[in-house]
Amino acid sequence: MASPAPRDVLPLEARALTVRLGAREVLSHVSFRLEPGLRTVVLGPNGAGKTSLLRALHGLVPAAAGTITWGGAPRPRGAEAMVFQRPVMLRRGALANVEYALAVNGVGGSERRRRAREALERAGLASLAQRPARVLSGGEQQRLALARAWALRPRILYLDEPTASLDPTAAAEIEREIGAIHAAGTRIVMTTHHLGLARRIADEILFLHDGRLVEQTPAERFFDAPRSEEARQFLEGELPWSTA
Amino acid sequence: MAEIFASLALALHLLAGGDPELLRIVRLSLAVSLSSAALACAIALPLGAVVAVASFRGRRALIVLMNALLGLPSVVVGLLVYLLLSRAGPLGDLGILFTPPAIVIAQTLLVIPMVAALARQTVEDAWTEYREQLTSLNVRPLRAVPTLLWDARLSLFTIALAGLGRAFSEVGAVMIVGGNVDGVTRVMTTAIALKTAEGELPLALALGVVLLLIVLGINAAAFVLRDWTAPRHG
Repeated sequence: MASPAPRDVLPLEARALTVRLGAREVLSHVSFRLEPGLRTVVLGPNGAGKTSLLRALHGLVPAAAGTITWGGAPRPRGAEAMVFQRPVMLRRGALANVEYALAVNGVGGSERRRRAREALERAGLASLAQRPARVLSGGEQQRLALARAWALRPRILYLDEPTASLDPTAAAEIEREIGAIHAAGTRIVMTTHHLGLARRIADEILFLHDGRLVEQTPAERFFDAPRSEEARQFLEGELPWSTA
Repeated sequence: MAEIFASLALALHLLAGGDPELLRIVRLSLAVSLSSAALACAIALPLGAVVAVASFRGRRALIVLMNALLGLPSVVVGLLVYLLLSRAGPLGDLGILFTPPAIVIAQTLLVIPMVAALARQTVEDAWTEYREQLTSLNVRPLRAVPTLLWDARLSLFTIALAGLGRAFSEVGAVMIVGGNVDGVTRVMTTAIALKTAEGELPLALALGVVLLLIVLGINAAAFVLRDWTAPRHG
């Protein structure tokens, strides 16, 4: 952001977080602590509450109960960004989409242009800078969404199914960029259905089932020997097709 | 049928001949209608967009009122503007009753509810799609207003054209506040009404054909413009 928050926004801690959508409780008393430097992948069957968890952490849905703190304090403005499963592109060029995000966050003048161009180059979209964002392919739009989020230099980046509905080449491209963003020091919190991707990216797994956090486990241990019965069944059920 | 063909021929003859009186009426019609449509859009587009994204007490009541004003009878608007501008009225000192500015005021008041109500619906639909993404980018609702207006520009353009159409085809209010004064406030619609009343039906019909042709021309030009810009923005 224009003036990066001086204080540390990590660890990100949820305590007894509960989220309701209408009458349905989609997250029930979820508590965890996300330490700096790791990549967290949120796993779980459909309807487990993965997307709701990201939306609640990012402040898009209110917590019905419980608290979330960033380095022990309330949400720091402008320290987070999110890439949605179906990102919304503004009706303007690819470069202009990134510049817009920077402009509303107070980055002006030549700095804005420089950062937007750099973000597009990193995402391999420099040649499409002037192309209307809405006519880009699904994979290109997802990369642009990632570039737009990254240009804001977030301390925490939430990604909701970033490779869903992408072909393998586009998915690999997204995976490479997530790695680069992590390497540059941004805390990654991501949901996915793709266990192969989760295995390659994750340092730790948050496993949700039916709105509850069943386990928070280092990734290696989770895939070799999950602690919970639900996770074991999930891995057995998912593995035959999703690591192919 | 014969009458209609005769009128069509007369219309073409009037247009081709460049009849100065006709040209003056057409010019005035265009000037007042374009001005009022532009003024109305300048007020109603942001107004509709703000109502679409803002949350405040009485918002639902305001939306019902805005939608109800769509059915505002033009003669009532004409009467209100007449009372405002008449010598004894609060704005009587301006001395603009029976002048083109009076017509512009009346037409603007007629077009505003229509553009505001339709823009509110259009921008609200766009906001539904954009809300989470923009919120994620730290865009506050009021900052989203210009963004949404720009991104919905193709639909809003059609709404603006409809507003222009309403201004252009307006007769009741224009007759009351303009007075249909020959050479001063006579526009296409009031001229047609007058010629009909005088029994000069072929001339009235010919003027009607001219009016139709102009509206058609404006819409064709707008369509070409829209078609030309649309693919470049996706």
